[in-house]
Order: sequence, then C-alpha cells, then structure tokens
Amino acid sequence: MSSGHTRWVRATHWVLAASVLTLAVTGFTILMAHPRLYWGTVGNDLTPALIELPVSRNYRHGGWEVSTPAFPDGGRALSAIRTYDILNENGWARSLHFLAAWLLLVTGTIYLLAGLFSGHLRRDLVPRRGELAGRLLRNDLAAHLRPRTRPAQGGPPYGLLQKCTYCAVVFLGLPLMVLTGLAMSPAMTAAYPFLSGVWGGTQSARTIHFCVFVALMLFVVIHLVMVSLSGFRRQMRAMTFGKLT
Amino acid sequence: MKTGHVITSRRTILTGLTSGAGLLLAGCPDPLPPTYGNVLRMADNLTYRAQRLLLPRNSLAREYDRRDITSIPAIGTTNPANPHEGLFDAAGGAAYERLQRGDFADWRLRIEGSVTRPGSYSLSDLKRFPARTQITRHTCEEGWSAIAEWTGVPLHRVLEAAGIRPGARFVNFHAFDAIVDSIDMFDALHPQTILAYGMNGRDLPVAHGAPLRVRVERQLGYKSVKFIHRISVTDEFYDPGKLGPLQAGWAWYVGI
Repeated sequence: MSSGHTRWVRATHWVLAASVLTLAVTGFTILMAHPRLYWGTVGNDLTPALIELPVSRNYRHGGWEVSTPAFPDGGRALSAIRTYDILNENGWARSLHFLAAWLLLVTGTIYLLAGLFSGHLRRDLVPRRGELAGRLLRNDLAAHLRPRTRPAQGGPPYGLLQKCTYCAVVFLGLPLMVLTGLAMSPAMTAAYPFLSGVWGGTQSARTIHFCVFVALMLFVVIHLVMVSLSGFRRQMRAMTFGKLT
Repeated sequence: MKTGHVITSRRTILTGLTSGAGLLLAGCPDPLPPTYGNVLRMADNLTYRAQRLLLPRNSLAREYDRRDITSIPAIGTTNPANPHEGLFDAAGGAAYERLQRGDFADWRLRIEGSVTRPGSYSLSDLKRFPARTQITRHTCEEGWSAIAEWTGVPLHRVLEAAGIRPGARFVNFHAFDAIVDSIDMFDALHPQTILAYGMNGRDLPVAHGAPLRVRVERQLGYKSVKFIHRISVTDEFYDPGKLGPLQAGWAWYVGI
C-alpha cells in the first residue's frame, strides 16, 4: 500500500503544474509571432528556415518591400522593409512567460533540494539497480498496453516506466528548458557565451527549446491519460489532500 | 570653475558604480520603473534586479567577423515621415522629411537634463569623437536575429562631454516617430552602447534609423531606438506614458 504523496510533493506539484501550463500557453503565443525555427547563431525572415510552423497568420506571411543589399560591396546579405502587420502578442506573453519561469525555477529548486535531502528522488524516482533490465522494461510496457489499468495507489512506489518518465522530465526535460531559455537572453549570453555556445548558437537553442516543449507536452498528455485510466478522482484527491484511506 | 564639474572617464565609472550600489541597497530611493500594480511588471523588475546583481557589469556581447554579417529585416518604423506607419507623429514626421531632404546636414542631437553642459551636436560633431565599430547580433523580441556591423560614437563619450551629474541614473532617447525609451547608467556607460551613424560600412539607411540610432547590445532590439533627435538624462525614471514601451504593454528592461 502506498504511503501517499508527502505534503511538499503535493504543493510543489501543483505550483509546477501551474507554471508549466502558463509557460506552454505563453511560449506558444511567443512562437506564433515568428513561427520559423533555425539552426545556428542567427536566423530571420530573409534567411532560410529549418522548419516553418503553420501556427499563425504570420506563417509565410510575405509582405516585404524590395530587398536591397545590406552591404555596399554587394554580397548575399540583404535588407528588406516589412510591410505586413504581423500578429504579435509578445508584450504580455513574454512578461508572463518569464513570471512563470521564475516560479518554475524557484519551485523546481525547492523540489530538487527537498527531494535530495528527504531521499524522495533516490527512493521513489530513480530506478533501482537491476530494475533497468530489458525484460522488466518490456513487461512494464506490455502492462501499459493492456486495456485495463491497475487502480491508483495514490503515490509511490511508482512503476518502472513511470520512474523513467518522471526522471526524464525532472532531470532532463525541465533543466533543458531552463538552459536553452537562458541561451536566448542577450544579457546572459554576453556574460556567459557558453550558455548559447553549447547548443551551437541562440537560434539552435530556440529550436531545441521548441522540441523539448513538444516532448514535455507529450508527457503531460500521457500523464493525464494515465491519471484518468487509473482513477481520476482518486488520483486528484491523492495529489491534493494526501494519503488515500 | 567649470572644470570642477567635468566628469572624467573615471568619475563616470564611479557614478555608474554608485547608481549600481543604489540599485541593490534597500532604503535608497528606488530607481526601478513603476509597475502600475501590474504583476507582469514585477517579474520584469525581478529579472532586472537579478541580472544587475548577478551578471558581470562590463561583459561584452559577442562580436563577429565581417563574413558573419547576415540579411537583416527592417521592421517597426522604417520612415518617420510616412503617415501610414504604425507610429507617426505629425510634427516629428514633418521635421524628419525636411531634414532628410537636406541629407541630415541640419539635423542636431540635443542633450539635456541632468548634465552640466546641455547642448546639441551635428552629425559631423559626433563623427569627430573617437568612433567604435562593432559587428554584433541583433535579437528581436519576435524570435529572429541578425548580424550587422554598426559604427558610431560610444554613448559614454558623449555623456562625458555633456558632463553627467552624479545623481543621473537614466538616459532617455527621443525619436522622430515619437517613441521615447530609456536605459539605466549600467547600459549607458557600457563600452558597446553606441550612437550609430553607420551600418555595414556606409551611412545608416533610413529604414534602420537614419541619421542616428542607439545600439544597446545586451538587450533586445527594441531598446536600440532608431531616428533619435534628443537625449535627456534624468535622476529618476521618466515615464513617457503611451509613447514609452511600459504603458504600451512592453517590458522596459529586456536583457532576457
């Protein structure tokens, strides 16, 4: 029988959930202003894109006045005047994004420290030695594909795939989001150039930021599906009020 | 004696340091921009305070090679004389049109406010100052970026010539399209903060802010105000209302 979620896990879970939701909505709004992704240091409407996302009316909007060489001695660099009035809600979206980012950073740090010192991370999240065997992983995967899901325990111990997924989100996904996010800040990269250098440039960091966002949203969807399949009300009660009786 | 008020490079830096210390000490007059009770602005101010506290003061934005220069879109106001622009000021537009016809020979940059020697400078006056050329990355809040070469006079040299007073904390830029925006003394005295009159080896084109624009390399592109005609130095945050970014919905500090 599960001992239930501890009070600090429940509190940080909901604060983090709120900040991730806010970050997702505002991040997508920011993306809509310029739905083009690039690789390298720079990229803009006058340079080739890696991916163009059809997510707002800014998608392939056109509306550029005749290009002029950006250099007196010719070259391929151009400058063109934009005549199209783009959709741009970044005024509030950026500020709200960073407000939520602060909340994520502070709460995430509290979670990691509490998890480290209480033993929660080692005991409940990190798979034990020998647990990562191919046979066990296959068994757990097969169990997930069966139509019937075991009713919720309302807390740890977690299943093997569950542990792996939570570890990927806590130790890989969210830290990657923070680091690639910081790699886009002009003040941060001036102070610490390696912040964007490790990703191959600020635009690469922006592209990775988007890819990890997609992965995290996929996690949120699967997480919610699993919560529903294992008893939505029980799970919500356990994560909000603690031990199931 | 006038010389008693002359602010040398060293004193300029000291002024910057005092403003910096004031920024971080509780109890000092609060130099943070107003939040209008807006939660979003409080987070912006938190970022501002944190970056000023934690980041090295004079770190330089990366400078690139000539072969790294890329294409660059011209957005926002691209001609203040055009009444169909999103931002248009009739008086500023008329003045700009007249000056542009004369190839900006009659254009002057006024410097006033918390300085000991307010005055005005023509383009050739500004070109007599030691120039700085830098190839830097322009980062737009929209998400794109571009690399270009900018030539101009470091703002700190002009401020030294005007003699900033010790209480000065903000430098405000007034543009022909009626935009007013400001930066703090940290950024104003930064060696890469320049008043640019040249771009990619020629005069600054109209679409990119002719005859003079600011370059603030450690903040987003919209802080590099184009088409400026006046600089005012203030001891307190000056709120230009709807003409400034804050009340128009944009963050004042965008080092992020």
